[in-house]
Amino acid sequence: MDAALVGQGLLSGLLFGGVYSLMAVGLTLIFGVMRVVNFAHGDMMVWGMYLAWMLATRLGVDPYVGFIVCAAVLFLVGLGVQRTLVDRIVDAPHEMQILLMLGVALVLENAALVAFGPDPQRVRSPLTGSTLWLGPLFVDVGRLLTFGVAVVLTAALYLFLARTRLGRSVRAAADNASGALVIGIDVRRVYAVAFGIGAACVGAAGALVSPILPFQPAGGLSLSVASFNIVIIGGMGSLLGAFVGGLLVSVAESLGAVFLAPSMKELVSFSLLIAILLFRPAGLFGKGGA
Amino acid sequence: MRWAAAGALAVLLVLPAVLGSYAVTVFIFIFFYAFLGQAWNIIGGYAGQLSVGHAAFVGLGAYTSAMLSIHAGLTPWLGMLVGGVLSAALGAVMGYLGFRFGLRGFYFVLLTVAFAEIFRVIALNSDWVGGAQGLYITFTGDPRQFQFQDNRVYYYVSLGLMLLATGVVAWIERHRFGAYLVAIREDENACEALGVDTFRYKMLAIVVSAFLTGVGGTFYAFYLFSLQPNSVFGIPLSVEIVIRPIVGGSGTLLGPILGSFILSPLAELSRTWFSQGGWTGVHLIVYGALLIGVVLFLPQGAYPALRRLVRKADG
Repeated sequence: MDAALVGQGLLSGLLFGGVYSLMAVGLTLIFGVMRVVNFAHGDMMVWGMYLAWMLATRLGVDPYVGFIVCAAVLFLVGLGVQRTLVDRIVDAPHEMQILLMLGVALVLENAALVAFGPDPQRVRSPLTGSTLWLGPLFVDVGRLLTFGVAVVLTAALYLFLARTRLGRSVRAAADNASGALVIGIDVRRVYAVAFGIGAACVGAAGALVSPILPFQPAGGLSLSVASFNIVIIGGMGSLLGAFVGGLLVSVAESLGAVFLAPSMKELVSFSLLIAILLFRPAGLFGKGGA
Repeated sequence: MRWAAAGALAVLLVLPAVLGSYAVTVFIFIFFYAFLGQAWNIIGGYAGQLSVGHAAFVGLGAYTSAMLSIHAGLTPWLGMLVGGVLSAALGAVMGYLGFRFGLRGFYFVLLTVAFAEIFRVIALNSDWVGGAQGLYITFTGDPRQFQFQDNRVYYYVSLGLMLLATGVVAWIERHRFGAYLVAIREDENACEALGVDTFRYKMLAIVVSAFLTGVGGTFYAFYLFSLQPNSVFGIPLSVEIVIRPIVGGSGTLLGPILGSFILSPLAELSRTWFSQGGWTGVHLIVYGALLIGVVLFLPQGAYPALRRLVRKADG
């Protein structure tokens, strides 16, 4: 096996991992705060991609700028979904929550199908064509930018949770919802904000990935499943776990594509998932048992 | 109750004599999905272990009997059992991984989804099972090869499958095994504290459920005559299997049947209706909205609500 090829696989995996991390951070935030698994996560991301596509084709906004708009719109969507639907089932059994979110996923996916048709789309950005050379390895400028923005957004989210008053109340509600209620935190508002931020993460992630990956309405489910994998591998509810897990899974998939076949890359992440479930069900950065 | 069931069965038995061929097709879908839903009901409804990966069993059963028929000339009547046994073995592996660590709720759901996806990716990439093209079965119309000229035979075969699974569930419901499963669903910790080997019963439940679902795979293959990894192992099929018992009332004997009588005609008619108007996808929006509505307003499903209504009418 050619060392340069492996190095290239490692590098492009790492760069793509930024998007995976951002997806997983959004999912783990929602789960950590509400204990609700957002099965519509991937479909929300697909809507982020189509929003970026509309901004680019109708208004000429580059997705590397448009991602801010996509994040804002998805924040509102998440807020709306939380307020109207999720809020009613926060205390319901797991199955009921999962079924509700599956329903939301079906509606979002097929609304995209009706609106945009089944054919794959791609957003053109002048930045994606150019490459940089790092010795024997080349770096796609688009991917580098996607990675950079995704990492900055994750870091900003971390700072928000650690430093701001609202962020602290989000963490408090995640740790102990009734305790947070007792000390006067409006937990319902915190839930809505957390769901909104989780959705905004995939809104941004979708826009950032739209110039480098073709997308179609049917892709949402596999993006959801990929996010679940990463979050379980990293440890449910752990932001650091989601971030590292995203990079890890992406690198593993990229190397899998080099060593096996490109279409087999999903197999690598599923094998990783099963290994984690077997040996460390709490995930790499999780606390305690599953 | 018994008389009502006998009467309904008698009607279903003579119905093909008066139905047109499209109506027969709709009934075949009703029975087949009721059968799959009933098989799912054992682990998902009674034991309360939500599997969203039952497509893995359908696909494994379907591919097994199709491959055995195409390459070894084995009749699907036997291939059906081989597929069922392999699916049961897969169910045992999934159950072992999931239950040994007490993975509950979301983790188990994900494990089942992941398994179905693994099979989908493998089938897509394995040329010896046809890869992305899938498998095609040449139609001979030979009943020994599970192929029938007359659509009405499929009607009776699918009706038989539905009755078989319902019989199995009725048996489980009346025995200690069923009581254990319900106890596990309601409070697994309490159940363990009382000395019930919950691992064993959950394993048994998933194995029986997987076996039946795997048998159903053969019907799928030899009714549609083509198998594509994305449709037979895909998450949408798993959702189709889950949604009927939930809408009808999961963990009840008649829930999956009721759910299928509600949803299958709706799915079939809305699919043809909306696709003719070029609105592919609309019927799935209806599905999604229905799922949301059931969770919010009828969390127990339609069957318990219907029963309350009947009781009220009785006085």
